[in-house]
Amino acid sequence: MTFTHALFYLFGGILLFAAAMVVTIRHPVKSALFLVLAFFSAACLWVMMEAEFLGIALVLVYVGAVMVLFLFVVMMLDVDLAKMREGFGEYLPMGGIVAVLLVLEMVIVLSSDMFSPQNMPVPLEHAADYSNTHALGMLIYTAYVYPFEIAAVILLVAIVAAITLTLRARRKHIKYQNPSEQIKVRREDRVRLVQMKSEKRS
Amino acid sequence: MIPLHEVLILAAILFAISIMGIFLNRKNVVILLMAIELMLLSVNMNFIAFSYYLGDMAGQVFVFFILTVAAAESAIGLAILIVLFRNRRTINVDDLDALKG
Amino acid sequence: MFGMDIKTVYLMIPLAPLAGAILAGLLGKKIGRSGSHWVTILGVAVSFILSIGVFIDVHENGNTYNGEVYKWAVSGGIPLSIGFLIDQLTSVMLVVVTFVSLMVHIYTIGYMHEDPGYQRFFSYIALFTFSMLMLVMSNNFLQLFFGWEAVGLVSYLLIGFWYTRDTAIYANLKAFLVNRVGDFGFLLGIAAIYMYFGTLDYSAVFAIAPSHMETTMQIIPGMDWSLMTVICILLFIGAMGKSAQVPLHVWLPDSMEGPTPISALIHAATMVTAGIFMVARMSPLYELSTTALSVVLVIGATTALFMGLIGIVQNDIKRVVAYSTLSQLGYMTVALGSSAYAAGIFHLATHAFFKALLFLGAGSVIIAMHHEQDMRKMGGLMKYMPITGVTAWIGTLALVGFPGLSGFFSKDGIVESVYYSKLWGADYAFLCVTAGILVTSFYSFRLLYMTFHGKPRMDKHTEEHLKESPLVVTVPLVLLAIPSIFIGAILVEPMLFANFFGDSIMVLPAHDVLAELKEDWDGVGPFIAHGLTAAPFLLTMTGWVLAWLLYSRFTHLPEKIAQRAGLLYRALENKYWIDEIYFATFANGARAIGRGLWKIGDVRIIDGLIVNGSAWVVGRVSAWIRTIQSGYVYHYAFAMIIGLFLLLTLFLKR
Repeated sequence: MTFTHALFYLFGGILLFAAAMVVTIRHPVKSALFLVLAFFSAACLWVMMEAEFLGIALVLVYVGAVMVLFLFVVMMLDVDLAKMREGFGEYLPMGGIVAVLLVLEMVIVLSSDMFSPQNMPVPLEHAADYSNTHALGMLIYTAYVYPFEIAAVILLVAIVAAITLTLRARRKHIKYQNPSEQIKVRREDRVRLVQMKSEKRS
Repeated sequence: MIPLHEVLILAAILFAISIMGIFLNRKNVVILLMAIELMLLSVNMNFIAFSYYLGDMAGQVFVFFILTVAAAESAIGLAILIVLFRNRRTINVDDLDALKG
Repeated sequence: MFGMDIKTVYLMIPLAPLAGAILAGLLGKKIGRSGSHWVTILGVAVSFILSIGVFIDVHENGNTYNGEVYKWAVSGGIPLSIGFLIDQLTSVMLVVVTFVSLMVHIYTIGYMHEDPGYQRFFSYIALFTFSMLMLVMSNNFLQLFFGWEAVGLVSYLLIGFWYTRDTAIYANLKAFLVNRVGDFGFLLGIAAIYMYFGTLDYSAVFAIAPSHMETTMQIIPGMDWSLMTVICILLFIGAMGKSAQVPLHVWLPDSMEGPTPISALIHAATMVTAGIFMVARMSPLYELSTTALSVVLVIGATTALFMGLIGIVQNDIKRVVAYSTLSQLGYMTVALGSSAYAAGIFHLATHAFFKALLFLGAGSVIIAMHHEQDMRKMGGLMKYMPITGVTAWIGTLALVGFPGLSGFFSKDGIVESVYYSKLWGADYAFLCVTAGILVTSFYSFRLLYMTFHGKPRMDKHTEEHLKESPLVVTVPLVLLAIPSIFIGAILVEPMLFANFFGDSIMVLPAHDVLAELKEDWDGVGPFIAHGLTAAPFLLTMTGWVLAWLLYSRFTHLPEKIAQRAGLLYRALENKYWIDEIYFATFANGARAIGRGLWKIGDVRIIDGLIVNGSAWVVGRVSAWIRTIQSGYVYHYAFAMIIGLFLLLTLFLKR
C-alpha cells in the first residue's frame, strides 16, 4: 500500500462518514456542517486525482457559497426541531436495505474485469510545470465555448429566478384594495362640485 | 496510485448513502436537497476518476458544467423552499402532496 | 425575330398575359378599371403579335423548337420540367388562341362595362390566356396537365363569375365535377405513360410508343388489354371532359351562366378545343390503336348529331349556340377518329372564329335586350342592330357550311374524311355527321329568324331602348367576321393537302384518309363549285328552307309540331333526361354513400369507437392508475431507484 493509497482511504473514510452523518444527524445545522466536511474531503480526493482546479472550485464554490446559503436558509426558517425528529427510525430498515442492495450490485459490477487495474491504462504522470487550470481553460474557452456561455446564462437565470421567487417587497405601483378605506369613504372624497361659467359658442 | 474500481466503489457507496438519506428524511426538505448535492458529488467523483485514468480532460469539463448547474439548482431549490415555507409554514415532506392524482 | 432571342419570344408569349393578369388581379383597385383593361389587352396583344411572328417563322423558315425552359424537379431520375414545343400545330393554336382572346378582351370592355367585378374579370381572362398558351406550348405531359387544370380552374371561376346567383354556382360546381371525371381518366392515362415509358416528354414517348404496340396489360386479372388502347382511351376520357363529348357533355350548356365573353372565349373557341388539340398532339399514340380511334369516332359522331338535335328546341339564345358548339366539337372529334387530324384542327381554327363571332353576336343582342336571353321575346332586331345582324348572318353561314365560307371547307373535309375511313363505326359516324348538317342548318337559321327577323315580340320599354352596341363590341364582331369568311379558303389547301403540319401530326399510311381526299382535289374554285351540287349543300338548304318556313312564314306551326311530336319533343326538351339520370344515380348515390359514411363511419366508428372510445379507455385506465400517484417526493424517488436497479441487473447479466 503506497502513501497515496493510504491517503485515499483516509479521505474516502472521512467522506463516507461525513455523508452518513449528513443524512442521519437530526439537527439540520449540524448536517449542513457535515456536508461541508464531505465536500472538503471530496475536494482532497479530486486534487489527488490531478483535478486541482475543480478541487479548489469545489471548496470555494460549494463550501464557501452554497453551503453558506444552506446554513442561511436552515437558520432562517423557523422549524420546529422536535417535530422533525418524530418517526425518524421508521424508514431506516427500508432505506438501509435499499442502500445495501445498491452498493452490493454496484460492487459486483465494478469489481468485474472491465475496471480492474490490469485492464486500465496507467494514468499519465504530468511534468511539474503542468497546469491543470491552464489545460482546462484551453478546453473550455475553445472547444466548449458555447456550452460555457450557456452555463453562464443558466447561472444568470438562476440568480434572477431566485430573487424573483423570494422577493416580497410591495412595489409602489401595484394597486391593491384596502377594504377599510373603501368602507370609510365619504361623498366629499369622491365628488368635487365645481362651479363655472358655460362656454360661449365660438 | 489509487485503483480505479476503488474510487468507483467509493462513489457508489456515497450514492447509496444519499439515497438512504432521501428515504430517511421525511420531515425536512433541506436535508433532501443536501442528499441531492451528495448524489451529484458522487457522480462528479466518477467523472474525475475516469478523466484521470483515461487521460481525457473532457470529463473535467463536464464536472465543471455539473457544478454550475448544481449551484443554480440549489439556489433555486432553496428559493422555492423559502416561498414554500412562507406559504405553508412547513417544510415537512409528508405535508407536500399537492401533486397527488 | 424582332431582334430578340427566339427563346425569349417563346417565353414572352405566355408571360405577357400572365403579367397582365397579375397586375389587374392584385393591383386592380390601384390601376382602376381602364388601367386593368389596358394592361391585360396590352399583354394579350403582345402575345398575339409574337404568335403571328412565330407562325410565320415556323411556316416560312421551318424553325421548330423543342426544349426545356426550366427544370422544376427531378424525381426518381425523371425530370419534371417546363418546356416548349413549338411546331406547326402549336403555331396554329397560338394564333387562334391569342386572336380570339384579344377580340374577347376588347369586346369585354363594352359587355362588362357596368359590372362591379370588372378588374377581376380581366384578370381572369388574361390568366386563362396564359394557361391555355402553356397548355398548347407544352412539350411534356406534366405541363400539359398543368395547363389543362389551370384552364379548368379559370373556367370554374368564370362560370361562377356572378357568384351571387344560385344557378351560376350550381353550374360551375357541375362543370368542375364533370371535368373531374374526365381529368381522372386523363391523369390515369398520364400515369400509365409514366409507368410504361418512364418519361413524360412528348418526343421521348412518341419515340418509344411504336415498340409498345403489342404490349398488353391486365387491369382486371385474366383480361389482356392492349396498352396503347388503354392509354389512348384514358387520355380521350380527359378530352371528353374538357371538350364536352357525350356522356360528359352536361356541363357545357350550363356553363352559359357565365358572362357571354367567357362563353365565346372559353366555352366555344379555346378551352373546349383543348381536348381536340390534345388528341391531335398525341396522334403518334392514337395511330397505334384502331380500337381507340373507333371509340373516338363513335363518341364524336354521337355528340355531333344528338347535341345538335337538342339545339333545335332551345329558346335561350346562348344555349342554342352552346349546343351548336357541342355538336361542332363532335365534328372535330369525328375528324380525329377518322385519322384526319389536320381536318380536325382546321375545323377547330375556323370554328374558333365563327363560333366566337356567334357568341359575341349573341352577347351583343343580350346587351341590347337588357340581359334578356329568351329568343321568344326577340324578333326583328335586324333594323335596330345592323352590324350585329350582318355579322351574325356571316357567322351562321360559315357555321352551316355555305360554300365559300370557312365552315364549308372544314366541315366538308371532315365529312369526306369519314366517308373514306375504314374503321369500325365509320358508317355510323358518316350517317351522323351527314344528318348533323341538316340539323345544324335548321337550328342556326331558326336562331337567326327568331332573333333578327319577323315581328318584334319584346315589350314596349325594351323596344324603345333598342340600339346598336358600342364600338368596342362591334369592332371585334367585324374583325372576327373577316376570318370567318376567308380563312377557310386560304387555309384549306395548305392545311389539308400540303404538308402543313410537318412532323407534328403523324398518320399511318393505312389510315390516311386525307391522302385519298387529295386525289379528288383540284383547287378551291372547283371545290366550291362541286360543293354547290353535293348532298351536304342540299341538306343545308333544306334546313334553311325548313327554318324559314317554320319560323318566318308559318310561325304558329312549331308549337303544333311540338304537341304532335310528344315523346320525341319532350326527350329533346329535357336533353334526353341525362341530367336527371346523373342526378338520380351519381349525385344522389354519392349523397347516400356520404350519408352512410357519416352516420356509420364517422359518427359510430370514428367518433364513437375510435375517438370517444379511446378517450373512455384512457379515462378508465387513468382512474385506476392515478392511485399510484401519491404526490410524495420519496415515492417518485423510490420508483427511480427501482429503475436504476433494473438497469444494473441488466448490466450484470451481460
